[in-house]
Amino acid sequence: MLLLTCPCCGVDADETELAPGGEAHVTRFGAGASDDDFEGYLFHRKNPKGVHFERWRHAMGCGKWFHAARATDTLEVFGTYSAQVLAPPKDLIEKIKLKRPDWEGF
Amino acid sequence: MSNAISVKNGAEFNGAVRVSDAGLKGMITLRGDLSSTKLAAAVQETTGLAIPSRREIVFKGETGIAWMSPDELLIFCAYEQAEMQVAALTETLTGSHFLAVNVSDARAQFSLHGAGVREVIAKGSPANLSPAVLNPHEIRRTRLGQVAVAFWLSADDRLELVCFRSVGAFVYDWLCIAAAKDSLPEVY
Repeated sequence: MLLLTCPCCGVDADETELAPGGEAHVTRFGAGASDDDFEGYLFHRKNPKGVHFERWRHAMGCGKWFHAARATDTLEVFGTYSAQVLAPPKDLIEKIKLKRPDWEGF
Repeated sequence: MSNAISVKNGAEFNGAVRVSDAGLKGMITLRGDLSSTKLAAAVQETTGLAIPSRREIVFKGETGIAWMSPDELLIFCAYEQAEMQVAALTETLTGSHFLAVNVSDARAQFSLHGAGVREVIAKGSPANLSPAVLNPHEIRRTRLGQVAVAFWLSADDRLELVCFRSVGAFVYDWLCIAAAKDSLPEVY
């Protein structure tokens, strides 16, 4: 079971209170983009075994979107952060690197 | 004009705790930039209360304000006053980006009274209800069974719960079953 701390309302929210939003920091390619870019935006996901950045929505709580970093193999949660960013915060990346020295990075 | 009644029209159940329909309550959803001084002034002028901090709920008599999300407040008042308060808020806030809606008829409120109120709710909600985590004056939005609810402790043995009126009858039935006599796990 996942327990994520919502950065918007500060509640320790259980997985069943949240709605998953898939992989985070996917660059959107829309009208005018090449077919390859659009295909990548629609279909290509990292699906790693290990550190993963995801979008979640506190659906049954404050209703806000946020980002979470967690390990897909151990369900360890490294941290949650604001939805209004294009990349994970530096201090969170440092924290993950300390815990997972063999992680290839974001 | 039809005669307004609350979803269970004052129904009451006495089990391990007392579950009762709290009757008609005035509720106003106010969305906007909670950090703006204009909004704070409008709320102060209309309700006489300051904007609560994160997850806080404040009450003075029948008037109250709950922090619902970073850009949303739920204002409680007497049922008959809701329209007037919405008009007052709208007048003061015109020109800024906001939304004030009278949701009184779209919400239901139930009161739970008794020593085991935390345990009744804990049967169907993933929220941490231990006294160390859930304080009085804190509103917790979560789910009960599969429907969204929000609740707060107005006293140690008293819990108020609001939900959508459309699921009000279901929530009431759910609370009555969860509050059956001799059914509390007594973990808190």
